[in-house]
Amino acid sequence: MPARTKVVTVKRGLWENLYLPEIVRGLGVTLKHFFINTLGPKSKRQIVTIDYPDVVRELPERYRGVHRLNTREDGSVRCTACMMCATICPANCIHIEAGERENPASRDIEKFPQVFEIDELVCVVCGLCVEACPCDAIRMDTHVHMPPVEHRKDAVLEKPELMSRGTKSIAVDGGAGPDWRDKYTDLGSLTQIYRPDHIERDRERPARR
Amino acid sequence: MGEIVIWALVKIAILFGFALNLSAVLTWMERRQSAMMQDRMGPVKANISGVTLWGLLHPLADALKLATKEDFVPPKAHKAIFVLAPLFAIAPVVMVFAVIPFAPPVCLKQLTAIAPRCVAPEHMQIARIDIGLLYVFAIASISVYGAALAGWASYNNYSLLGGLRASAQMLSYEITMGMALIGTFLVFGTLEPGELVLRQSTIAKWGIVQQPLGFILFFFAAIAETKRAPFDLPEGESEIVGYFVEYSGARFMTFFLGEFLEIVFVGCMVTTIFLGGWQAPGLAADGLHIFGLDLQLPHIAVVGLGLVTFTIKVFIVCFLQLAIRWSLPRMRYDQLMRLGWKGMLPASIINVIITAAVVLWMSSPVKG
Repeated sequence: MPARTKVVTVKRGLWENLYLPEIVRGLGVTLKHFFINTLGPKSKRQIVTIDYPDVVRELPERYRGVHRLNTREDGSVRCTACMMCATICPANCIHIEAGERENPASRDIEKFPQVFEIDELVCVVCGLCVEACPCDAIRMDTHVHMPPVEHRKDAVLEKPELMSRGTKSIAVDGGAGPDWRDKYTDLGSLTQIYRPDHIERDRERPARR
Repeated sequence: MGEIVIWALVKIAILFGFALNLSAVLTWMERRQSAMMQDRMGPVKANISGVTLWGLLHPLADALKLATKEDFVPPKAHKAIFVLAPLFAIAPVVMVFAVIPFAPPVCLKQLTAIAPRCVAPEHMQIARIDIGLLYVFAIASISVYGAALAGWASYNNYSLLGGLRASAQMLSYEITMGMALIGTFLVFGTLEPGELVLRQSTIAKWGIVQQPLGFILFFFAAIAETKRAPFDLPEGESEIVGYFVEYSGARFMTFFLGEFLEIVFVGCMVTTIFLGGWQAPGLAADGLHIFGLDLQLPHIAVVGLGLVTFTIKVFIVCFLQLAIRWSLPRMRYDQLMRLGWKGMLPASIINVIITAAVVLWMSSPVKG
């Protein structure tokens, strides 16, 4: 797409150099906005302010929020401690300590993260960890802002908290196989996006004027 | 004797209640008005148990906040002058209000009579002095000390530069401000603000009609004197650092209040000299005569209407100042000086010459 350009020519004659007519014209522009926004009909007002936090703007679908860790069908963490996310992380905010599974599942998954910590204050919210993850274990689709914390250590999210927002993945353990359409009729339920209750509630609350 | 003191106190209470409250409201109005001009909301959140009054409680919250903030004095600052500078900035502004006539002269004994005449009416200005406007200029020129001393005493190079910019700007524009008024003095033949207002009895006699160029020059020179955009180089709150950068808390509030009092004062001056003060079209000593309406009003009501007229006019001029401040970009320093010395000063001198010639021609017996 070619860049859109607009050529603006500024007229500089005697009339403009007198200042006053142009000042009056400028005042006309700003005062028009002022009077429309104060006295004008509600429909014509142009105020764009969103009354945050009373009103929350709808976040885009791919908004990157606080991380979460997805779970397997049996409720254990999907992460296999492969270190892809920790390696690609440009901010070095992911800390994983791998442990060995006691009774590996059918596909011989040997490792799991004993410790999985993300320092949300260090995180640059780039989303590379999600891109790198081969297991659909780490996601950032929570639509949750990182809440402010009193102490820096409170911003380090640990495994239980990350998993508390986790859901089952669309990727099925062991692979769905060629007959996945018949086998998994309720795929929709597996792709649910984590949406905390209070976001829905705030969105319904009318704007306070 | 006692009566004189009481009346003086009453007038001081009225005028300062008016000026201080209006300047407090202006701090809110500036933010809210600019927000409305730029399609924003502005401050509307301060509330007392849910009552926000369109944000009108913000000046209260601001005053509380500023008064309770830490009062910091830089370690190397000159303490005595650092402490005194805000007072130097605000004292002249408070003093010049003394000559502003805010209502028609009152005949004390005949408050309910219609168009009473009395020998010595009580003039509704704190000090009625014959050289009123010269007094204003004399006192107003002191206010440059506030900025210069604040800049110097802070022991901060940026403050010092801000103080220097302020001094140079205020001294330059003071000349234009005085020159712009000479035409008015020639037309009205008086320096006493109360008398000036009395002589602007109809719109055709208002200063703005008789001296349009003088009005424009005076208004813009006065905006430059108050150090506000487009002439806010001494402060430049957003980019360049101003003379009160080291001030915080209550001392900063003093500077801030001084600036908004200056806006109110410019409003009062423009109203008194160019917009007929408390004179309203159709408002005569015996009542209202406008749009075929003939309403006989007692003296006290006429005085009250005069006061209301004065307030409305001052408010409109203040509104205009805020609108100008949020519409125009800041000038560069050389542009500022060029406009002052090579644009406005010659224009004001030409205005004086033309006015003098016309006044002479009008009063000469051989005209026509």
